[in-house]
Amino acid sequence: MEQPKITLVDTTMRDGSHAVRHSFTEEQVKKIAGGLDACGVPMIELSHGDGLGGSSYTYGFSKVDEFKLLRAASDVIKNAKLTVLLLPGIGTIEDLKRAQQCGAKAVRVATHVTEGDVSAQHIGAAKELGMFAVGFLMMTHMAPVEQIVEEAKKMESYGADYVNLADSAGYLMPNDVKARIEAVRAAVKIPVGFHAHNNLGLAIANSLMAVQSGATYLDGTLRGLGAGAGNAQIEVLAGVLARNGYDTSTDFYGLMDLAQDAVDPILLRPQTIDNGSLMLGYAGVYSSFLLHVYDAAKKYNLDARDILVELGRRKMVGGQEDMIIDVAYQLSKS
Amino acid sequence: MTLEKIKVAVIGPGNIGSDLMYKIFRSKNLEMAMMAGIVESEGIKRAASHGVKTSTKGVDAVAEEKDIKIAFDATSAAAHLNFNGPKLKEAGIVSIDLTPAAIGPYCVPSVNLDKLHTEQDINMVTCGGQATIPIVYAISRVAGAAYAEIVACISSKSAGPGTRANMDEFTETTSKAIEVVGGADKGKAIIVLNPADPPLMMTNTILVKVKNPEVGIEKITESINEIVAELKEYVPGYQLRVPPTLDGDKVTAIVQVEGQADFLPAYSGNLDIINSAAVAAAEKIAAEMLKKGGNA
Repeated sequence: MEQPKITLVDTTMRDGSHAVRHSFTEEQVKKIAGGLDACGVPMIELSHGDGLGGSSYTYGFSKVDEFKLLRAASDVIKNAKLTVLLLPGIGTIEDLKRAQQCGAKAVRVATHVTEGDVSAQHIGAAKELGMFAVGFLMMTHMAPVEQIVEEAKKMESYGADYVNLADSAGYLMPNDVKARIEAVRAAVKIPVGFHAHNNLGLAIANSLMAVQSGATYLDGTLRGLGAGAGNAQIEVLAGVLARNGYDTSTDFYGLMDLAQDAVDPILLRPQTIDNGSLMLGYAGVYSSFLLHVYDAAKKYNLDARDILVELGRRKMVGGQEDMIIDVAYQLSKS
Repeated sequence: MTLEKIKVAVIGPGNIGSDLMYKIFRSKNLEMAMMAGIVESEGIKRAASHGVKTSTKGVDAVAEEKDIKIAFDATSAAAHLNFNGPKLKEAGIVSIDLTPAAIGPYCVPSVNLDKLHTEQDINMVTCGGQATIPIVYAISRVAGAAYAEIVACISSKSAGPGTRANMDEFTETTSKAIEVVGGADKGKAIIVLNPADPPLMMTNTILVKVKNPEVGIEKITESINEIVAELKEYVPGYQLRVPPTLDGDKVTAIVQVEGQADFLPAYSGNLDIINSAAVAAAEKIAAEMLKKGGNA
């Protein structure tokens, strides 16, 4: 049986931005974007880790303005679609228009898994601008399968070209991924994608399960660079998918070389499953909280794991990094 | 001493309009004279059941009522901009605009109400703006604000279809008002919806880069406490969750707004605060009107 073609979406310069505390420079971006393009990666995502407009006290300020980085990437990309992330409530349609002027061809509009309807305006605007638009549901471990299906259908109805399910906390087990992807696949006509985090060491296994369940878009990053324990390592995905007979049309050796040459030198810390990352996955907390939690733990003299567990108990969602201070303050008083 | 009241109308009998009605019932100097919508609805029935005059002819019905002096517009930006705002102006009725239309100046009662009570049309910014701009202002008036950022978290259940379809209106309007009313050189607003059940109280984080950190945290805290006390007068459920801290030149504070549950549940602090601010503004305007002879 012929295996379907899998479209790899690289997000080293978006999700990976969390891991380097939003410190990407134009030079680094040119090297990574040019390399990914040469390796045949069809979609390359770049923006602040929390999407367009994310540069802030709450999520961390970008060292270099994301629009400058987009221009730098756009200058070296020949074939891939330069892609941005946009979270309604953080980024705006004005930001999207500017990103398009800087060379962005695609946008992924991300909402919490239960709040798909806030993406209608932004997906609609992207389509009007002639962009490729993706509906992106975050924290898919926090809703039952039936509700995820409803939210995915909403995004399809707004005009999304595909819908991406994200395991933002790296919490899902392979069978949870299977149930989600299969149900959404059966309910929508557009393709389905998956975005993994490696907090429980399952990013590659879950990504493989996603394609075996019908997903045809997969997110990955060079060296796994990303929030928490990072994402599915894209060069590993290329190898694993090839071994399983899937066609990604990417240069396997090229991706390995690129990871070694362009990403290894800029790592601020080893991209491993450290204790905090493990707790993110265990407690179901949004992965990009990690470094902010370490900062708060230091400031309030607490164990980062206690803060993470409390954030999980309070059911905080993506974008609520501000509540880390709230939790740390309340814990320090108790 | 007479117990004279100024007659007011509410246009838009949805959740916001109904909650406004209950707040107006409690007012010392406002009389709920009309609830106007454009179709028969639960809200119209609810108002009628309380003995309030109702109409489904929208702003036109309000404009025809000779003695209505103030109208709350709880419809949509487009409706206020194109119909309600201009028609109320023509009829000489003061508009308290709860939509993002913002024909008139932004009003945050604890900050600038004293300057606005002669305006024809005032805009109530956003719920997040009402909850955070007083704090930004309290910081900027003592230490200057080069940049102010707010994160408003509201429960999914209290975010109506209007908010959901117009997230950019929230962020853009609030950012602008942080500058214009809050006094920050640059403003940024973020909104997050959280679906947790039971619903979370509205929380807001305020982060300000101050120009003069040497002023010190005591002075900044004193200024914030003063404004929190003023806010509590019209929003009793407003409180500091995390008292202000100063790190270098960054001030951080977190506030929580518990609603008065007049019509909407207590977790809808976001809706309570914008409505309470609107009624506080109307009361001030009404007081000025009464000083000048009121309904006579």
